[in-house]
Amino acid sequence: MNPFSTHAPRSLRGVIWMAVAVVVAAGGLAAASLLPEGNPLHASAFVVSLAGKYLSYAMLALAVDLVWGFAGILTLGHAAFFALGGYAMGMYLMREIGARGVYGNASLPDFMIFLSWKSLPWYWWGSEHFVWAAVLVVAVPGLLAGVFGWLAFRSRVSGVYLSIITQALTYALMLAFFQNGLGFGGNNGLTDFKDILGADLHAPLTRAVLLLVTGLLLAASLLAARFVVGSRFGNLLVAVRDAESRTRFLGYRPEQAKLLVWVFSGMIAGLGGALYVTQVGIINPGEFAPANSIESVIWVAVGGRGTLCGAVLGAILVNLGKTLFTAWLPEFWLYGLGVLFIGTTLFLPNGLMGLWRHVRKAPPEEVTPEVADTQGEEA
Amino acid sequence: MHRLRTTCLLAALWLGAMVLPGHGARADAFADLASPQFAAVTAAISTLAASDDPQAGATLQALGERSLFVAPDGNIYIRHGGSVVEARTGQPADSVPEGLKPIRLNNRIRTALAGAQAGRELLAPQPATRLRAADALYARHDPAMLAVVEHALAVEKDATVRTRLTEVRAATILGQPPAPDATALRLEAVRALAAAGGPEARGILATLACSDAEAPAVRHEAQQAVSRIDWHLRAWGVAQNAFYGLSYGSVLLLAATGLAITFGVMGVINMAHGEMMMIGAYVTWMVQQAIRATVPALEPVAILVAIPVAFVVCGALGIVIERGLIRFLYGRPLETLLATWGLSLILQQAVRSIFGPTNIAVQTPAWLSGSVAVGGMDITLNRLAILVFAGLVLGGLMLVLRRTPLGLQMRAVTQNRRMAALMGIRTPRVDALAFGLGAGLAGLAGVAVSQIDNVSPNLGQSYIIDSFMVVVFGGVGNLWGTLAAALALGMGGKVLEPTIGAVSAKIAILVLVILYIQRHPRGMFPVRGRGVES
Repeated sequence: MNPFSTHAPRSLRGVIWMAVAVVVAAGGLAAASLLPEGNPLHASAFVVSLAGKYLSYAMLALAVDLVWGFAGILTLGHAAFFALGGYAMGMYLMREIGARGVYGNASLPDFMIFLSWKSLPWYWWGSEHFVWAAVLVVAVPGLLAGVFGWLAFRSRVSGVYLSIITQALTYALMLAFFQNGLGFGGNNGLTDFKDILGADLHAPLTRAVLLLVTGLLLAASLLAARFVVGSRFGNLLVAVRDAESRTRFLGYRPEQAKLLVWVFSGMIAGLGGALYVTQVGIINPGEFAPANSIESVIWVAVGGRGTLCGAVLGAILVNLGKTLFTAWLPEFWLYGLGVLFIGTTLFLPNGLMGLWRHVRKAPPEEVTPEVADTQGEEA
Repeated sequence: MHRLRTTCLLAALWLGAMVLPGHGARADAFADLASPQFAAVTAAISTLAASDDPQAGATLQALGERSLFVAPDGNIYIRHGGSVVEARTGQPADSVPEGLKPIRLNNRIRTALAGAQAGRELLAPQPATRLRAADALYARHDPAMLAVVEHALAVEKDATVRTRLTEVRAATILGQPPAPDATALRLEAVRALAAAGGPEARGILATLACSDAEAPAVRHEAQQAVSRIDWHLRAWGVAQNAFYGLSYGSVLLLAATGLAITFGVMGVINMAHGEMMMIGAYVTWMVQQAIRATVPALEPVAILVAIPVAFVVCGALGIVIERGLIRFLYGRPLETLLATWGLSLILQQAVRSIFGPTNIAVQTPAWLSGSVAVGGMDITLNRLAILVFAGLVLGGLMLVLRRTPLGLQMRAVTQNRRMAALMGIRTPRVDALAFGLGAGLAGLAGVAVSQIDNVSPNLGQSYIIDSFMVVVFGGVGNLWGTLAAALALGMGGKVLEPTIGAVSAKIAILVLVILYIQRHPRGMFPVRGRGVES
């Protein structure tokens, strides 16, 4: 591939089709859920919220693919951004409950009354406004990603070291959010939501609209991500991924490129978390668990890293598998997931997308993460 | 209250004078136990306690158990089930007297009884019993017991018990109301207590320092003693915390050395390392079960047998993993991370399926349970043993790395893989052995952890992040880095814990490590040389 080409790489051509497919599927399912109960095409509330969950996870996977597939940063802590976005939206939804909580206090959420707090902590300021919540949903993860990334990339922390400290980051946040004193509901997190923008969260129409919105936002994120990686900046990212030192010697600033895509990715993850909370109805510190972050990496690996479409596909397929497995053979899900991790890394390094290209007899695209000159020693 | 105390005191002093020479008053003491006046009863209890009459102990015990009865003629009987014994003589009663009434107890009598029994035990033949009795009296510091204590002190030969009794005496003296002529005596007692130290002495002295009735000299002395004791308690508190930190650091060291070796040699992080520890702990359990079933006599040393077994089992498993999985991912460290994570899920679930999801009970042998007191510190033996074990493992590992061909080859590969290969080192073999060594070390860590933590399929997960932190903090340059990082993280956490709480301490440590990595991206002891950076 000509490194100075501004054409999108082959693997990115399908992104537009993927975006269309996501919107059509979400819209179709949303419409089906509004059909009367007896209709054979009717989709139950369970299926709609499940679909919403998958699409939110697909956004997280997209975020992971952006940094791992294109900048070579293996993040084991992206669930932190996802959960922070979720908490930002959860704060707004908590305030929407108003006086309908168990204690009937119009301004304080139930858990704060339980802790006998008298007023909202400062960081809950403005949380009753949806617009402010929408800002926080991307701003908080973006800010954290910015600070963390600036520190890490500037000092050239890379490879396994970076992976480990991203994991430490999300682990530290998990421990912090488990504490009641932090003001986010401790163990239980934020839940029992009633309304969003005045619309009942449990009404079929609201759920249908939320699913459609999730589909649209996922499609928009896909297109935005494609625009980023298809640009000259995207080429720079790939250069950084494949030979960081050489790129630096050529006069580029790899740390700035990484930081930019890292923050962008954190924001997409936060948006995914916010959509997740509206449809799943709860956010708790368990979402920060390092295991969740690692799982989101395997979605990308299964779909095929560095393809964007693969991330969405992998997230949906793996989670579908998880739902089916845990319903039928709950004992065996962890075996299945473990085999998926090992099998994908051993036999499908380019994921399902790579397999698809192989089946179509197209020559595989070069997605080798480390080129020869950095092998071994850099690790 | 004062009157009562004075009465008791007088009674005790009178006893001190009376009981030692002969048997004169004893007959009355038995009868007095049934007296309607509680003061007389307590006095009688003290008399009996200090006497050497063989029946006194049995009588007092019967009183405590509510099996002491009084007949209408004033004679005292002990009734156990059907048998009735005359308390004074110990002879079985010829006929069960009519109208036996139980002797009632109230709190004051119970207190006196407990003190009296402690007083009796002060004269017991075993030093350990005497020491225990002295401890009981020390906590009580009942002024009525002074005579008993002084008598015991006069006949005591054992140095430890003597020291303790001196303290008891001091506490007992200070328990009396201050009298103008007793200042010298009380000053001496304050000094004795100050020398004894400890939270109890501090409590007595602090009360004394604030008491208006006390002479100014005594109050001043007590005040100074309190601040001295406070300083000592704080110092011992710090030492205790340091021990906890050292202990946690040694666990981290055991958990992280294996990880550091595989990371250093192969550049891969083994996410299944925690599961290797878990398997080591389960191996310990299985060894214990097997030994119990075959040679129960060897059960106390089962843990020692488990050490080599766990090393071999986990090491073999590690070599199998390297040959069957890791080597296919050579040069792709990040993918290795994912694959070993998948492996850890499978191992966890497999152990859960075989042994069940709940904790299993790994025995701690008797010689590893309990604790020893060193000054104001409590050293638990199992933690001490782990500390020693970690030191031995580290020493052994140093020897392997410095003095064996394998160690030499491993160090060479760590420093420059390609150059090492060019010099004729078979790097695949070194990889397999290094991975096996790392896994075996994890197995050893598992044996150690089984003695202090719950053993369940989730055991590995609780140590893995901390071990990662040790490895990235210490760097892979040498084992000293791992040692320093493990101790720093272990101590750091425990030092912060008392001020900001356990969870916040953990968070603070994580954040500090993340920040430290910014300045030293490859830890405290990075590998240096041309081959390192691309």
